[in-house]
Amino acid sequence: MARAITPRRKILTSGLAWAIGILLFFPIYWTILTSFKTEAQAINDPPLFFFFDWTLENYAVVQDRSDYMRFLWNSVIIAGGSTLLGILVAVPAAWSMAFVPSKRTKDILLWMLSTKMLPAVGVLYPISLIFVEFNLLDTRIGLVVVLMLINLPIIVWMLYTYFKEIPGEILEAARMDGAGLREEILYVLTPMAIPGIASTILLNFILAWNEAFWTLNLTAAGAAPLTAFIASYSSPEGLFFAKLSAASTMAIAPILILGWFSQKQLVRGLTFGAVK
Amino acid sequence: MATKASRSAARIMMAPAVILLLGWMLVPLTLTLFFSFKKYLPMRGDSLEGGLDWVGFENYGRFISSSSFWPSVQTTLIMVGGVLLITVVLGVLLALLLDQPIWGQGVVRILVIAPFFVMPTVSALVWKNMLMDPVNGILAHLWRFFGAEPVSWLSDASMQSIILIVSWQWLPFATLILLTAVQSLDSEQLEAAEMDGAPPLKRFWHIVLPHLSRAITIVILIQTIFLLSIFAEIFVTTGGAFGTRTLTYLIFQRVVDSQNIGLGSAGGVYAIILANIVAIFLMRIVGKNLDA
Repeated sequence: MARAITPRRKILTSGLAWAIGILLFFPIYWTILTSFKTEAQAINDPPLFFFFDWTLENYAVVQDRSDYMRFLWNSVIIAGGSTLLGILVAVPAAWSMAFVPSKRTKDILLWMLSTKMLPAVGVLYPISLIFVEFNLLDTRIGLVVVLMLINLPIIVWMLYTYFKEIPGEILEAARMDGAGLREEILYVLTPMAIPGIASTILLNFILAWNEAFWTLNLTAAGAAPLTAFIASYSSPEGLFFAKLSAASTMAIAPILILGWFSQKQLVRGLTFGAVK
Repeated sequence: MATKASRSAARIMMAPAVILLLGWMLVPLTLTLFFSFKKYLPMRGDSLEGGLDWVGFENYGRFISSSSFWPSVQTTLIMVGGVLLITVVLGVLLALLLDQPIWGQGVVRILVIAPFFVMPTVSALVWKNMLMDPVNGILAHLWRFFGAEPVSWLSDASMQSIILIVSWQWLPFATLILLTAVQSLDSEQLEAAEMDGAPPLKRFWHIVLPHLSRAITIVILIQTIFLLSIFAEIFVTTGGAFGTRTLTYLIFQRVVDSQNIGLGSAGGVYAIILANIVAIFLMRIVGKNLDA
C-alpha cells in the first residue's frame, strides 16, 4: 500500500514489528547462544547474554558422545531420498494432469489430498506390522518410502500448480518453429519447469527433515534421524543445557537456512494453491 | 490438443503416483478396520498366526466408555482450539503490521517465520528445558527477577504451556499465509473508505476482515488437520501426563504402551472419522479454487 506515511508512524510500527520479531526469535537465539557456553554458564543466574567465554566444546562433546554425524547422515538420506523419490513419481503425474487434463483430473487431485489427512496414529500398528514383516523396522529405506508417501500429495499438488502456469501457447509456437516432441520437452518445457521443481524439492526436504511421528516410531538406533536423536535428550542427566543447545543448533541450522529461501513456496505448497 | 494417444500416455504417467497412494491408503486402513473388530493383545498370547477372536463392536464400545476417552477428547478440543485462537488472532494482527512500511522488513519477516522451521522435537525440548525449566529456565530467572515464585510450567500449567509451544510453532504459518492475503488487498478501496471518513476499526471490520475470510478459513482447516495429530510436542514434554493426553496420544498409548491393538485400532478409526469431517470442509474450498 503506497501511502504517505508520517515518520513518527514509521518509527512506531518499525519498533513494534522488531520487538515482536525479536521476541518470537528469542528461543532460537537463546539456544544458539547457549550452545557456546559451558554448562555452568548455561544455567548462570542472572542469565549471560553476551559476555562469557565462548567455547566450541559442546559441539565436540555431542559428536564424541553420541556420534552426531551418523544421525545427521540418516536425516540427509531420509529427507533427501524421500524427496527425490517423490519427485520422480510426481513429475510425470503432475505433468499429465496439467497438460492433458481430463474430467477426472480434479477428482484425482482432491483424492490425493485426502490421503494426506489420514491421521498417522490411526495406521501406526498396521504400518509397523508391515515393517516387521518386510524387515524394514529401523532401516533408512523404510522411512524413505513412508515419508515419500506422506509427502507425495503435497509434491504432486505443488508441481501441478507450477506446471499449470506454463502457457500452452508456448508449446504451439515451438511446434510451429518445427520443434519435435523431444526438443519441446528438452528445450521448452524443462527450463520453464525447473524453478517449480526446485521449490518443490526445497519445501518437501524441509517437511521430511522435520517429520516427527514416523521417524520417532519406526526407528531405534540404526536409522534414527536427528528428530529421534534430539528426542533422546528428553530424559536429562546432570547438567546438559549447553549440550542440548549444541545438538539442537546443529539439527535446525541447515533447515533454518533452507527455510529462509522457501518462504514464498511455503504458502503455495501448504495451502495446495488455494492462497497465492 | 489432447489426442487419444496422449490421453493414454497421460494415464500411464499418472499410474505410479495413483497406485502408490491407493496402496498407502487402502492397505493400512483395511488392516486397522480389521484389527478394530478383533481381540488382539500380543502380550497375552494373541497372535495373527493363532487366529484372532472376532469381537464385533466391543472395542469401539470400550474405547468410548473408558474413563480416559472423554477427557482426551476435551483435551484435544482445548488444545486445537487454543492454538487456533492464538495463531489466527495474532496472525491477522502480525500480518497487518508486517504489511506496513517498516525498516528492515525482510529481516523482521525472517525472524517471525523462523520458528516454523524448527523441528518439533527441538522446539519442544528447548521450551521444556531452556525456557520453562522451573529452576534454570529463562522464565524462572525472569520470575525471580520480579520477585515472583517460578512456575513449574509443564506440570502446573501443562495445557497452557503446550498450547504456547505449539502456537509458537504455527504462528509463522498463519502469519505468512495471511500476509500473502493482505498483500492482495485492493488499496484503492481502503483509501476510498478512508476518504469517506471511515475510522480504522471500521475499515478493518468491513473491508480487511471480509477480504481475509477465505485465507483465515484455509489457515484454520489446514492447521486443524495438523494439530489433531500433534505428537512429538507431547511425547517429549509431558508424555501425556498432567492432563495433556489428546486423542492421538491416547491411541498411541493403547497401541504402543499397553499393546492393546484391537482397542487402539478402534480408537484409530474414530480419529480417522474425526479428521475426515474436517477434511471435507477443506476439500470443498480447495476444490472450488480449482474450478476458478
